[in-house]
Amino acid sequence: MAFDVEHELHKRRLGRNVGLGAVLVAFIALVFGLTVVKVTDVGQMQGFDHVLRPELVPLDAQTTVGTKP
Amino acid sequence: MSDTDTIGQAGEAGFGDYVALLKPRVMSLVVFTALVGVLVAPGAVHPFIAMTSILFIALGAGASGALNMWWDADIDVIMKRTAKRPIPAGRVQPGEALGFGAALSGISVVMLALTANMLAAALLAFTIFFYAVVYSMWLKRSTPQNIVIGGAAGAFPPMIGWVAMTGSVSIEAVLMFMLIFMWTPPHFWALALFMNEDYSKAGVPMLTVTHGKKVTRNHILVYTIALVPFALAAGFTSIGGPLYLTVSVVLNAGFLWGAWKIWRRDEVQAEADKYAVERQVFKFSLLYLFLHFGAFLAEAALKPYGLGGW
Repeated sequence: MAFDVEHELHKRRLGRNVGLGAVLVAFIALVFGLTVVKVTDVGQMQGFDHVLRPELVPLDAQTTVGTKP
Repeated sequence: MSDTDTIGQAGEAGFGDYVALLKPRVMSLVVFTALVGVLVAPGAVHPFIAMTSILFIALGAGASGALNMWWDADIDVIMKRTAKRPIPAGRVQPGEALGFGAALSGISVVMLALTANMLAAALLAFTIFFYAVVYSMWLKRSTPQNIVIGGAAGAFPPMIGWVAMTGSVSIEAVLMFMLIFMWTPPHFWALALFMNEDYSKAGVPMLTVTHGKKVTRNHILVYTIALVPFALAAGFTSIGGPLYLTVSVVLNAGFLWGAWKIWRRDEVQAEADKYAVERQVFKFSLLYLFLHFGAFLAEAALKPYGLGGW
């Protein structure tokens, strides 16, 4: 069978496919790493939301907060 | 030629051919200067973000290299130095290189925007446009000053590195840009004096061919004099310091001395010693740039110990 013959071309194609595969895997690892860094490395942030945070309310307004019904 | 020949043999590229399209040697220079731009920038950025930024700046530079090879394939095939590149050698089709370069340009710009910030990404996009369109398409074949304006493309990486870390352009970033920008013409023309490239055969105007070697010698001296204030000025900014300034004064004195020697010679003298001075100045110019950026790096590295900077 002629198809069984290993041609230099097949080696070149294999090299190209393996190379592309490696690049794609590296890219996935990179995006994953970026995601981890961007999500965890955010500096000063509180771990909750949707509730009143008194320290964010301006000082002069703080006296009225909580007094109004 | 039968169909199987067309599909199978010469036209099928290996992985290395696509790497060659990115001009790896140019990329290594971009990595070095962008790295310096990133490391000397103030403020703390996560090392992974810094590393990824450098990677995508380099990828953008590589993409513009692929676009340049697509556009210049017709002259690359004529010149001996470039005839073995993937497109003139027939291993990569021109259309493939165009698609490859365009796709990587998009990926690198978008990824730099996500990794660092929009301004850095915009500068990278402009650099790719500048190299592929302004330099390759407009200037390269129309004016012997091509190298002067085209040098801007090579000067952007440290600025992009700086902007990726700080989010804005500052005097330090501009001076790093000017250092490479003003350095490129004397560096390249020193090479042009002794390289007997077949540029003219390919229809690329070179100052040595269009205006002669005497004019080129004048240009080298003038541009070297113009370079000095930018190199020294960087020493008085936040990225400079006593060490940088010392290194810079010595290197600039050396480069000026070399440019002066080139200017004083004529072709008879140059032919007699086979362009020994020109070769020497060309080699020195490489050292000049490398040591300037090395000195920036040294200043930044010494800062934590209270030694670097002013």
